[in-house]
Amino acid sequence: MPTYNLKINGSSQSIEAAEDTPLLWALRDQLDMVGTKFGCGIGQCGACTVHVDGNATRSCQLQISQLDGKEITTIEGLSEDGSHPVQEAWKAIDVPQCGYCQAGQIMTASAFLEKNPNPSREEIRNAMTGNICRCASYNRIENAVAKAAEKKMA
Amino acid sequence: MSSTIQTKFSRRSFLRTSSLASGGMLIGFNFFTACKDTVKMPVDISKLDYNDFNAFIKISKEGMVTLFSPNPEIGQGVKTSMPMIIAEELDVAWENVNVVQGILDTQNYVRQVAGGSQSIRFGWDALRQTGAFARQMLVNAAAAKWGVDASECTAKQGVITNAKGETLGYGDVVDEAAALEAERAAKRKALIESLAEGEQPPAETIELKDPKDYTLIGTDVGNVDIDKIITGKPLFGLDYKAEGMVYASVLRPPAFGQVLESYDDTEAKAMPGVIDVIKIGEKAKAMLEKEQIDWTAKLAPSEKVVVIAENSWAAIKAKKTIKALWSDGSPLESTKAHDKILMDLLDGKDFTNLRKDGDVKKAFKQADKVVERTYESPFLPHNCMEPMNFYANVTDSKIHLVGPVQTPASAASTVANLLGRDEKDIRLEMTRMGGGFGRRLYGDFVYEAAEISDKIRRPVKMFSTREDDMTTGVYRPAIKYRIAASIKDGEITGYHLKEAAVGGNMYGLIPNFFPAGALDNYQVDVAKYDSNITTGAWRAPYTNFLSYAEQSFLDELAEDMGKDPVQMRLDMLEKVKGTTDDRIQYSAERLQDVLKLAVEKSGYRTPKDGVFQGVCAYYCHNTHVAEVADVVMKNNRPVIQKITVAVDCGIVINPLGAKNQIEGGAIDGVGHSMYGDFGFENGMPTANNYDKYRLIRMNETPIVETHFVKNTLSPTGLGEPTLPPAGAAVAIAMKKATGNRMYKQPFATNMASKPILG
Ligand code: FES
Ligand code: FES
Repeated sequence: MPTYNLKINGSSQSIEAAEDTPLLWALRDQLDMVGTKFGCGIGQCGACTVHVDGNATRSCQLQISQLDGKEITTIEGLSEDGSHPVQEAWKAIDVPQCGYCQAGQIMTASAFLEKNPNPSREEIRNAMTGNICRCASYNRIENAVAKAAEKKMA
Repeated sequence: MSSTIQTKFSRRSFLRTSSLASGGMLIGFNFFTACKDTVKMPVDISKLDYNDFNAFIKISKEGMVTLFSPNPEIGQGVKTSMPMIIAEELDVAWENVNVVQGILDTQNYVRQVAGGSQSIRFGWDALRQTGAFARQMLVNAAAAKWGVDASECTAKQGVITNAKGETLGYGDVVDEAAALEAERAAKRKALIESLAEGEQPPAETIELKDPKDYTLIGTDVGNVDIDKIITGKPLFGLDYKAEGMVYASVLRPPAFGQVLESYDDTEAKAMPGVIDVIKIGEKAKAMLEKEQIDWTAKLAPSEKVVVIAENSWAAIKAKKTIKALWSDGSPLESTKAHDKILMDLLDGKDFTNLRKDGDVKKAFKQADKVVERTYESPFLPHNCMEPMNFYANVTDSKIHLVGPVQTPASAASTVANLLGRDEKDIRLEMTRMGGGFGRRLYGDFVYEAAEISDKIRRPVKMFSTREDDMTTGVYRPAIKYRIAASIKDGEITGYHLKEAAVGGNMYGLIPNFFPAGALDNYQVDVAKYDSNITTGAWRAPYTNFLSYAEQSFLDELAEDMGKDPVQMRLDMLEKVKGTTDDRIQYSAERLQDVLKLAVEKSGYRTPKDGVFQGVCAYYCHNTHVAEVADVVMKNNRPVIQKITVAVDCGIVINPLGAKNQIEGGAIDGVGHSMYGDFGFENGMPTANNYDKYRLIRMNETPIVETHFVKNTLSPTGLGEPTLPPAGAAVAIAMKKATGNRMYKQPFATNMASKPILG
């Protein structure tokens, strides 16, 4: 099997896997980083969202052979200690119910706020629409994104 | 001075204490059943046995309090609210409380089911008494140390203070407290043994706090797992790993009714990463023949093909290459046929009566008018965000099971039966669950994992893909209700509800919910069609659809009679007050109060221009709820903007967590009544992933505003009760907005053709 070098959370990781292995499964099964979640496998739910060169991307739709030279950030690397403004807002608002979708929500929200640091409510709702929360913690997700934006602006 | 409430208390019946070998004290307690007289408390913290107690509290010499409980967390926040109750009575700072998920050695493990919004309701008394008991033990020990009377001492936030102002921390007296309690227990035992026959020992009492003095209960406390969740730490079943673990993906029949004939795995076996391809199901089939597996009967008739691989992706890929031949073991069913069958059932005479008050027939005969409507709902998959999965490691000496399941005890005993093993050999650990909604009450995925590991004799993680999860599920039954009411002189004089369901009928107390009790002539009849499609509990079973049907119907009746729908309900409830009918579980006063609160807070009496509001009140799962939906028209389409929820769930233990449940339930109710659509064609589900199955998303989500009725009644659960009223409130608002009544779920699909939305 081919070997790939991936740059994840600032460090270089070498992994031997079939070339069509989605980044999601490489992270979870081979690199022991299980914070990125499997929800649908077809790019519809956002549970597997990571950042690739700063863009929120569905890791279930990314083959590891396409990632040469790309900077990948996962929930484990968003901050060292959970102190990213989005994580802090998530905690302050107490967003999670079951919690399963939340890593993906946080990754989508953090990439979005980098591009649009001062979004309207409407923009937040649209930006987060690709991420399903089966527990429907949507109101809190919306509020947490708004709160994180405030913090970043301050 | 804060007041207390004296409560009768029988400590021997549900709790025990011990000194830990490593220092500190341990209290074991049981909030569902009595402890056996013979049980021994462990003195080693690594050997907690949840067969005798369903939770333990450890108080360390540093004054830290740790609660060990295997209670499964499915997102209802019980892992936070239950410890809060103990901490309140124990009077210890929340920062010093730690919650640890216990491991289950299953043998006689009693109910620890996270379902039915029950956990809090059952635990309330026992949790308070246990906390109060521990506090009293510590105070007694401090008093003995000082040589003063315990009544002169007070305990607050982990510190005991005497009349002179001297203080001792809980940790300073734990060892003495445990020793004192052992002495006291021995004395009590001797006293009881010395009693003549028939003589009763003096009752023990315990002082509980007056709810008005609570300092922790009623405050906002965040989720105990929050740091792990937001940093992506392993928490869920799918995250669990063990040394040497392999991955298993199961190929199940694509259609309900089909069974495996043969399969060709040549290509799969040759793929890199694939370890083996095996067949399972013989054991389940044998059990089924002996009628030992309950509901899994539906999935068990067929054997299944399992790909064992080094990683998930290899397993997923290889499964797709397996060429399996399936034959029809039983007729393949379809939604179209079900629709006709259910209508025929409603038209027929073959019903089981669940409740009958007065004489509906007579009332209908004497009526000025009879209104009859039919309401329809589809099957629904649970779609837990974390697909079904379980870890199993079966060896000759032990069986280790780990994962997300809501019914650990029955899962373990079924595994023991299935594999012909002793239940004592089974250790089951529960992980955090990525949603439950009823799906994880059924243990099919546990049995599969166990059977696979039994065959390959390796630790294995069986996992479902979303497609597996959605197409081989346990669905909310498709149901139709036909409700008829007679109207005479502007009053409802009779009410007859008929249910026709695929799979199962409503049960238990449901036929006694409002409007039962409010009408002299009232009847509920049910009929079902036995299908080979698996159906079961789905968040707020039956009421999730029944509430919408009945409350929409009441709204239509009010309109028909020219009555105000709020006043009509209040009047109906007025008649229930003081009822002597003990089948009626809801309180008319409490239902009236939530209705009034929702009306007031939503501005229902002074609606804004262009906002159409629908109101309803419903009781289910022990909690009284009223909801108002605000709908506006945008681009000729109805948009649900807001849901105002009024809830009476007794004492609100953790408002922050409670509101999360309430918001989630209401939005889930809106989402599934608007979009949830699922059916079958030739036994095959019509959707298999989120591209074809629509779940509510952020941009369609109403803002939920929650209001609590404040009282000091015992707390009731919140995982389910706000879901059922939401569909009704939306349907009623939608009628005002579009002019059309909603008779069929999901609304979005079934109104698409209506001209108003053109
Ligand atoms: S798992 Fe990747 S989008 Fe759902
Ligand atoms: S918190 Fe459960 S899926 Fe979002």
